Amino acid sequence: MKCRVCRGEAVIDIRRHNANFCAPHFLHHCEEQVAKTISEFEMVEPDDRVLVAVSGGKDSLALWDLLLRLGYAADGLYLGLGIEGYSEESGEHARVFARQRDATLVEVDLPADYGYDIPSGAKAAKRVPCSACGLSKRHLFDHAAQQGGYDVVATGHNLDDEAAVLFGNVLRWNTDYLARQRPVLPARGGFPRKVKPLVRLGEREMAAYCVLRGIDYQVEECPMAAGNRHLGYKDALNAIEVQSPGTKHAFYFGFLERIAPSLDTGADDEKDGLTPCIRCGAPASAEICSFCRLVDLATRDTR
Amino acid sequence: MEPSGSTGHHDGVKVLLRNPRRELEVAGPLRVHALLERLDLNRESVLVIIGGTLVPGDGLLHDHDEVEIRPVISGGSG
Repeated sequence: MKCRVCRGEAVIDIRRHNANFCAPHFLHHCEEQVAKTISEFEMVEPDDRVLVAVSGGKDSLALWDLLLRLGYAADGLYLGLGIEGYSEESGEHARVFARQRDATLVEVDLPADYGYDIPSGAKAAKRVPCSACGLSKRHLFDHAAQQGGYDVVATGHNLDDEAAVLFGNVLRWNTDYLARQRPVLPARGGFPRKVKPLVRLGEREMAAYCVLRGIDYQVEECPMAAGNRHLGYKDALNAIEVQSPGTKHAFYFGFLERIAPSLDTGADDEKDGLTPCIRCGAPASAEICSFCRLVDLATRDTR
Repeated sequence: MEPSGSTGHHDGVKVLLRNPRRELEVAGPLRVHALLERLDLNRESVLVIIGGTLVPGDGLLHDHDEVEIRPVISGGSG
């Protein structure tokens, strides 16, 4: 197997591009894809301060590395979720990464700073753990970006993530969610701009990027996510992809080009109707925002 | 293909699987594609790693190689 660029020995094949790459040209390919995505979707301006949502996993650490290499002023934010046997190790991966690059890592710890962890908080609020986790992350990333004066929050969602979310939303025709599924959400109504610069790169490519760059990441799966619906969608899409390479890319980018533009209005109207939460000031669709309600329920027995 | 014994001797290709972590031993030589097929693993869902670098699908695995098959699928959706 030969590298498409230099004809040297390849280490990875990317079947949807019908291409093989040696290590240096694969790493260059990843940088190119991210630079192209940022430019095409006008994600980040050269002078922007970027806050990268870092979990300690492959996608977010690869994203942080790529943004730094492309010359962006990118700090990391690690959110300690209090998941036993998982959060400590993933936090350490993020810290080591930051130390090695002399990069700034901001840390927020749910148990220490907000009085709950994801497993018990989800139970108290009668939510599935991934729902309580997603809600906490979205709120605290927004909050940290505002507090720190960042222009944009970057997340490590890759092509597989986006295709799986799209698949789930289409299967259930969740049109509200479909309208918001964009690689860029502009700053609006108190929310910072949100960007997903990895949407052209697959999950396997992000893991390969970390291996070839020597980035030590959290390989073990989050115990809370095991068997969730999202993983089932990914398996289903990969079963199709292996028979028909390029399907995930065609599905997601076809949606962005042909369907997403017609879904604009609903999403914008909804955002315009938000008012500040009376507790924390975050934009909310009710008097008290979903995050503050979650904290109330999660800490009810400890107050 | 049998799970490796507790003797510590590895005559074949030693294969480390993750999530959950377990070890197998298979007779070499064999191609990466063939190993993944035998383990019923989708090539889109894993990387094959020897000594910190990647082995492509047509790579040949030999007896005494220590191979990690690393899953690349993660479940976070937010």
